[in-house]
Amino acid sequence: MSQLNAITNIRNLFKHPEFRLGATHMSAVSPGLAAWGLMTGVAMVNSGMSVWEAIAMSLLVFAGSSQLAAIPLIAAGAPAWVILATSFCVNLRFVVFSAHMRPYMMHMPLFKRLFNGYLTADLSYVLFTKRFDKPASDEAGQRAQIAYFQGGTMLNWASWQTASLTGIALAHSIPTTWGLGFAGILALAGVASSLASSTLRRVSAVVAGAAAVAAFALPFKLNIVVAIAAAVALTMLMENMSSTSPAAKDKGSK
Amino acid sequence: MMPMNETDIWTLAVIFGLTVITIVTRSLFFISKSDWQLPHWAEQGLKYAPIAALAAVIVPEVVMTQGQLISTWKDARLFALAAGVGYFFWRKGLRQAVLGTIVVGMVVYLPLHIILGW
Repeated sequence: MSQLNAITNIRNLFKHPEFRLGATHMSAVSPGLAAWGLMTGVAMVNSGMSVWEAIAMSLLVFAGSSQLAAIPLIAAGAPAWVILATSFCVNLRFVVFSAHMRPYMMHMPLFKRLFNGYLTADLSYVLFTKRFDKPASDEAGQRAQIAYFQGGTMLNWASWQTASLTGIALAHSIPTTWGLGFAGILALAGVASSLASSTLRRVSAVVAGAAAVAAFALPFKLNIVVAIAAAVALTMLMENMSSTSPAAKDKGSK
Repeated sequence: MMPMNETDIWTLAVIFGLTVITIVTRSLFFISKSDWQLPHWAEQGLKYAPIAALAAVIVPEVVMTQGQLISTWKDARLFALAAGVGYFFWRKGLRQAVLGTIVVGMVVYLPLHIILGW
C-alpha cells in the first residue's frame, strides 16, 4: 500500500504546474551549468583519478566548487581531514543558504529535509527564493513550493550529472584551454541580472563583488562568505537608515 | 592507449566524506527540529544574500587571474560578461533572457579567447 502511495505522490509531483515551472526556469541556466559540469568531469580525470572514482565523486558529492577544491588535494595525497575541512569551508555559503531555506523546509520530516538540502545547489536556492519570498503557511502552498523546488533541482541534478559523466568519458578529447566552463559564470550572471531589480540589491551585488576580490587571498574560498556577510550587513544598515531616518519619513509623507 | 588511473579505497572513503559534507552544509540549519527561529534582523538581511552570493562568485572569476587583478582590458571574459549582461537588460522581457545571456556571452567569449588568445 505505502509503495502505491509513494508512486501516486511522485506522479502528483510531476503533474504539479509548479514542478514544470521550476524545471522551465532551471532549463534557462542549465546549459551554462552543464558546461561547468563537463569541465569538472574533465578536471577529475585529468588530475589522475580513476574513472570509477570520478564517477562516484560526480554522482555522490554533487558540488562543483567543493569537488574542484578537493581534486588537487586528493591528487597530492593530502591528509583526509585537510580535504574534508577544505570542502567544508568552500561550502560555507550553503550554510547561509540553509538558514534562509529553514522556514520553507521545516514542515517536512528529517529525511526529506536532508534530501532537499543535498540537492540545493547555488542556483536552485537562488531561483527558489526569487520565486517565493515567503514560506507558505497552508498545505497546498507548501506542496506548490516544494514542487517548484524539486522541478528545478531534479532537472539541475540530471543535466549536471549528464554533463559531468560526459566530461569523464571524453576527458582526453575535450580541450581545457577553450575555457568552456565560463558558460557557468555567464549563467550566474544572467540570474544575478534578473535579481538586480532594486537599488539595495544592486548595492548588495557591488559590495559582494568588491569584497570577494579584496578578500581573495583568504584560503578555502572564504572570500565568498566574507563577501556575502559584508553585503548583507551593509544593505541591512542602509535599509534601516532609510526606514527610520526623519529625512526618509519626510520624503514618504510628501 | 591512455593509461588507466587506479581506484583506491582511501580516495573512495574521502569521496564518501565529501558527500557527507555536501549534505551537512546544505542542510545545516534544518537538521534540528527544535522550535527555534532566526532573529528578525537576520531574516530581513538574508533576502540580500542570493545576489551577494552570485556576485561574490562571478566578479573574481572575471577580473582576476591566478589571484591577481588583471591589468589589461584585452581579456575575453570582460567582453563576454558585458555582452551577456547587456543582452539580458536589452531583452529582459523575454522568457529566456537568461539563456540568451549565456549564448551571447559565449559567442563573444570563444573567438576572442581561442583565436585572439585574450
